[in-house]
Formats: sequence, C-alpha cells, structure tokens
Amino acid sequence: MKHLIYALIAGLLLATSVRADVLKLAVTTSFNNSGLADVLVPEIEKDLGIDLQLLVVGTGQALRLGAAGDVDAILVHARAAEETFIAEGHAAYRREIMYNDFIIVGPGADPAGVRGATRVEDAFRQIAAAGADFVSRGDDSGTHKKELSLWVRAGERPDAFSSWYRAVGAGMGAALNTAAALDAYILADRASWLNFGNQQGLSIVFEGDKALFNQYSYLPVSAVKHPHVQKDLAHALDAWLISAKAEELIDGYQIEGKTLFVFNAVR
Amino acid sequence: MCFASKEMIYTSVLLYCAPRPCAFDQQAIFRSRRNKRDDDAMTDLWDGILRAFWLVASLDRDLVEITLRSLQVTLSALVLACLIALPLAAVLVVRRFRLRRATIAVLNALMGLPPVVVGLIVYVLLSRSGPFGVLGLLFTPTAMIIAQVVIIVPLIASIAHQSLRELWSDYHDLLISLNATPFQRITTLLWDGRRALLTAALAGFGRAIGEVGAIMVVGGNIDHATRVLTTAIALETGRGDFSLALGLGFVLIALAVAVNLCIHWLGQTERGGRW
Repeated sequence: MKHLIYALIAGLLLATSVRADVLKLAVTTSFNNSGLADVLVPEIEKDLGIDLQLLVVGTGQALRLGAAGDVDAILVHARAAEETFIAEGHAAYRREIMYNDFIIVGPGADPAGVRGATRVEDAFRQIAAAGADFVSRGDDSGTHKKELSLWVRAGERPDAFSSWYRAVGAGMGAALNTAAALDAYILADRASWLNFGNQQGLSIVFEGDKALFNQYSYLPVSAVKHPHVQKDLAHALDAWLISAKAEELIDGYQIEGKTLFVFNAVR
Repeated sequence: MCFASKEMIYTSVLLYCAPRPCAFDQQAIFRSRRNKRDDDAMTDLWDGILRAFWLVASLDRDLVEITLRSLQVTLSALVLACLIALPLAAVLVVRRFRLRRATIAVLNALMGLPPVVVGLIVYVLLSRSGPFGVLGLLFTPTAMIIAQVVIIVPLIASIAHQSLRELWSDYHDLLISLNATPFQRITTLLWDGRRALLTAALAGFGRAIGEVGAIMVVGGNIDHATRVLTTAIALETGRGDFSLALGLGFVLIALAVAVNLCIHWLGQTERGGRW
C-alpha cells in the first residue's frame, strides 16, 4: 500500500504529455464566456486534426502575447488596437470574422431612466447626469476600450468622474459580479450577459444602437517576426473560420432562443 | 525513485486510463448553471457541496484531469523546492559566513512574495521575447512548476531554518566534539529534524496547492493543458457560476486534507509514544 502511494506520486511526477500540432490562440474573455468557443473548438480540432489551445485573456493582454510571439494567433475585438498591432509588424493582416453587440445592463428600477433613451450617447449622458453607480472594466480590454470611446462620443470625460464611476480592473464576469452586488450600470457584451449565472436584480436597459456593434477579428501572428509560430496551422484555421461550415455554426449559435453572433467574413 | 516498478507501471496505467467511465454526463453537470438565476448566496453554498459530491461520486472526467494536474504540478514543485530549501536552511544554520544574516532576512521577507509578481517575472523570462524563450516552456505545466518553486522555496527555507536552529543549539557541542565534518553536521540535522521539516514542507504544499495568481499568468488556464483546480475555480467565479466554483473549492480542500494525512501516515508521525 505504501509503495502504491509512492508509485502514485512517482507516476504523477514523471507524467508528461507531448502532443504534436498544437496551435495556441489567444481569445478574449467575452468570446469564451459566450460559450461559442465550446461549439467551435471541437469542430476545428476534428476538421483540422490539431490541438487548439485557447488562452482566455483580455484584448490588451492578447495583443501583448501576440506581440511577444507567445501565441500563434489572436481573436480580438478592438479595431484601433488591431491596426496598431499590424502597423508594428506583429501581424500581416486582420480578418473580420463576425460581430455581436454590446448592451447596457442596469438595475431593474433604472434610476437614471436609461430605458427611455433612443441613442447610446443619451443613455451614457443620463447615467453621468444622475450620478448612478456605473461599473467599468478598467482593464484595457476590448469592452473597456469600447466603453471609453462611448463616453467620449457622449461628450463626457471618464477620468473626471467622481466615486459613482467604479473601474474594477477585472474581466467581464468579475465586473458583472461587482455590478450585481452594487446594483450598478455596466456595459457588457450580450453573450457574456446571457451566459452569466449571477444576474440578481440586473436586466438589460439599453440595446440595439448600431454604435454598439462589436466586430471580432482574427490575426495570425507574423512568421517573419516570430519564426517559431505555427504559420501553416494559423492559416489553416483562417481558412476554416471563413468557411461555410463556420458560418453555419456561428449564425446558428443561440442562447435562450437568441442569436448572439453574426458571421460577416469576406471570402 | 527505484522501488516497486511493477506497482508503478500499474498505477500509471490506472491513472491515465481508468478515470474515463463516467455514469453521469459531465457536460450536464457543468452546464446546469443556466437554469439557476435568482438563488441567494446560501443556496450557492449548499449547491456547491452537492455539486462537489456529484463531481466526485461520478468521477467526472474533467474533474479527475484537473485534480491530477493540480497534484502533478504542486507535488513536483514541492519536491524541487524541498531539494533546494532544506539543504539551504541547514547550511544557514551550520555555517557562519558573511552574508548569512542578510540571506536569512531576505528569505523571511520573501515569504510574503505576491504570487502574481512571481508569475509576471517568470512570464517575462520564459516569454518568446525573453531570455529563455527558445525553450518554449511558457503555457506548459513546467512553467507553472517553476513559478511555484520560486514562491515556496523562501517559505520552506524560513520555517526549516527556524526549527533547525533550535536543534542545532542542542547538537552543537556534541557534533563539534565528535569532529563531524560540515557535511555530516548538515545531514545529521536534516535527518534528526525530519519531523519539523515535514511541517515546513506541508506549509509549502499548502501555499502551492491553493495558489492561483502565478499559475494563471504562466500557465494561461488552457483547457486540457494547463487548467488546474484553482484556475478552474477562478474561471467559474468569472462566469458567475458560484456553486460550481464552490464545489471545485471543496474538492480542493478535501484534496489538501487527504495529501496531508497521507504524508503524515508515510512519515509515521502522530503515533502512540512518538508524538
């Protein structure tokens, strides 16, 4: 028995798994939380015969990992940052794959009266004017960048806000947990919201404005800059992501009867 | 480790083939969160206990996998850290050298090292753009082991040093009068102080098995590659599925208790006449 335990420990220590054809893809938390990854990854692994490893991080960190050559490709949603990424030579091109949309989630009582707003700028202005609690991601993610750009559109300056504006510096899920606990407003992507299990008193208070569309792009890391990246696998994945099968899976993905993503890749 | 080769092969086979049959659909267990919306916090706690029970009872495949990986990473880190820290502690007790006090002070201070900082440092070193990038170790269990070794070496060395110092004050005159060589002094101290050193090792194990900051950064929490219990708990918390997160947490606590009991039993401590 004692030997068995020693053997168990030894077995654990010696165990190493070596697998060929591993593709490391950095994706955003919002994409992973949507549950679409659970649908796409098994199909990709089956069709391409590769081991697709997802690193779930914020857009800021995903871009950093790509720039350092620690991943083979990234799937993110922050256009301006992506263009800088390409300009710096970390990737040759960006491929637009699909979009989903952002929503404003807030307390059911809606103290700032956001439900009556027609445009997203008005909604943001009303929250600022009412000084209602607002949770910001504050983590330099794609969602955070989107939120900041919307404040600018609304003619507000987030750095001048007082204590009602709470930058939590956390991922989508953690920020939603905070908003639920504070009964605060928050900008979230629809997929994360529908998949979020701790909604408490929150509900969607604003949606549908075109300015809230959220474009996802795929960027294979430059093999010129980082010769060790899995260039061929990254291109195979690129081809798969714009295939008819991917379109069908992405457009067909629903949560509670709601379509989350719209495929819009140009073949 | 050269003992029990037959049993070892058997166990290895058992470990990697056996935990496959699962009577309960693990996807159903992991997905059931969608039905739950308005439950309060105490319900989460109770649900967590139930989820933990079902996950264990059904030998859930994902659970077995991440639990074994947690053990693999932490036990490897513990063995390596002990190989570094225990001799270091003994040397600090037996030898008098110039930077001894400074070394002890630094070791004590590093006990409180924030894991995220260790993770970032190891990340920068192992990154493809860093000095050890060519090894391609980032986002592998090896990187997680390296980070955990860095975190627990100061802790184990400090605790071990404390207890060995007291032992040394008892043994000093005897060992000097026997004209024991420094190597003999160190080995004698390590052997006779083994029970106290076990405590030091267990403290290190405790810190490593529950650690999430560093392994999240250097491991990346990749499903089927570097996901362990603590990073899975962080992930499920982020998804707002508190009951599954708590369930995994209870499994982690049970695992820590089981490993501690196992080590005590192997070390023959807490027995009649010897406690």
